[in-house]
Amino acid sequence: MSAVNPSPYAAKVSASRHPLWKNRAHFLGRLDLELTERCNNDCIHCCINLPADDRVARRRELTTSGIIAILKEAAALGALSVRFTGGEPLVREDFQDLYLFARRLGLKVMLFTNARLITTDLARLFARIPPLEKIEVTVYGMRRESYEAVSRVPGSFEEFRRGVGLLLNKKVPFVVKGAVLPPNIRDLEEFETWAETLPAMDTPPQYSMFFDLRGRRDSPFKNRLIRSLRVSPEDGVILLRRQDRAYLQEMRQFCGKFMGPSGDLLFSCRAGHGACVDAYGKLQPCLLMRHPDMVYDLKKGSLKKALTNFFPRLREETRATNPDYLARCARCFLKGLCEQCPAKSWSEHGTLDTPVEYLCRVAHVQARDLGLLRERERAWEVNDWKERIVQI
Amino acid sequence: MTISPDAVYAVSDDVVAREIEGEIIIVPLVAGIGDLEDELFTLNETGKAIWDKLDGRRRLTEVIQELSAEYQAAPGEIEADVLGLTAELVRRRMLVAVPAS
Repeated sequence: MSAVNPSPYAAKVSASRHPLWKNRAHFLGRLDLELTERCNNDCIHCCINLPADDRVARRRELTTSGIIAILKEAAALGALSVRFTGGEPLVREDFQDLYLFARRLGLKVMLFTNARLITTDLARLFARIPPLEKIEVTVYGMRRESYEAVSRVPGSFEEFRRGVGLLLNKKVPFVVKGAVLPPNIRDLEEFETWAETLPAMDTPPQYSMFFDLRGRRDSPFKNRLIRSLRVSPEDGVILLRRQDRAYLQEMRQFCGKFMGPSGDLLFSCRAGHGACVDAYGKLQPCLLMRHPDMVYDLKKGSLKKALTNFFPRLREETRATNPDYLARCARCFLKGLCEQCPAKSWSEHGTLDTPVEYLCRVAHVQARDLGLLRERERAWEVNDWKERIVQI
Repeated sequence: MTISPDAVYAVSDDVVAREIEGEIIIVPLVAGIGDLEDELFTLNETGKAIWDKLDGRRRLTEVIQELSAEYQAAPGEIEADVLGLTAELVRRRMLVAVPAS
């Protein structure tokens, strides 16, 4: 705990360093709530979105009272913050009610939005009752043509600019992030120049570029489109280096901590330590993992039971059996660089343990760039990986 | 700021007080209290013992009397702690004076 004032009774403390939220199996630091899969954009690369007016999806979504019950339980379990994401969370008509309820429970709110539905009233509300976390706005282009070539909704660019303008006007802290896509790749410099002018931006904007396929495995057509929009691993590494001058140094430090083969244990990540609730009340180990056997129905149980029972068992018992995975991924030391995980295997192949070739190539290109691999080497065949990490 | 021992104080509507594993965490609700990311207020043991009695009904004199019966302390120490914490939390807009019933 880091007291930053001299009071003998009260201390300002950093939530992320507070011992209450460290190493507590049943304790929940943050709740992720996917309020809806519906979105007012129809982005070409999106792995989630359903049309905003999809009535079937709307009817299946958790009710206001259902979400409130989950928020209450999360707070009772010690959650400090909730992330409202989607889809576009603001398409829910009860968004303001949910926001206020969460804040009055003493939760900080992290909001992921495209900002198109920010109204004067909503910006005022955020100014009066701040979310206590910077709002995160995804930007799809810096001009109408590029933005709407991604969002595929006429008028969306103007609405995004208006929403962002309202947040600025009311001094609501927000950060922007981008998605690197063929229609907007020429906007990057302008985007970054603009981002630097935003008061709450204290680091360069983050980008997504190695896009995920549809987590519901609901559209081969959309998956083909997403695949076609992914940057090549080589271009991706150039972009990663470009966006952050400290990239190399940070990656080398990162590699020192998070590399090494994970064996046949599939959940070697943080999945299942937090709580991610989908729009229909299913608790997922992470936001991406939608395999029906890996989710927990909150309508039939509780967050606490899932966190103390279901997820620990899942993490311990879910092991790879695919020979290809066991020969490659299980023996590969690029764990910290590679995004291979059960969720991505599921969205790409419909199994939990199939190597995802694209992610494997990305990790190998990054590893070569960092000096961890030589040309044509395959990481699972490298025996002296510990020495190589020390060397870089 | 002068705090009257005869006054009654309650948690302000501008904050939310949460008790987690016996620890009091005070989270700002409205703007201007401490709306930095990652920032919370907590009370130490002395602070919590006092806070638990600031319920909008007890006068501070009653709080001091009750705490004096519960804890051994040098004369005047508990009174100084109660008045000191109350002043600090009023200044932070976390406590407000309410009419005595």
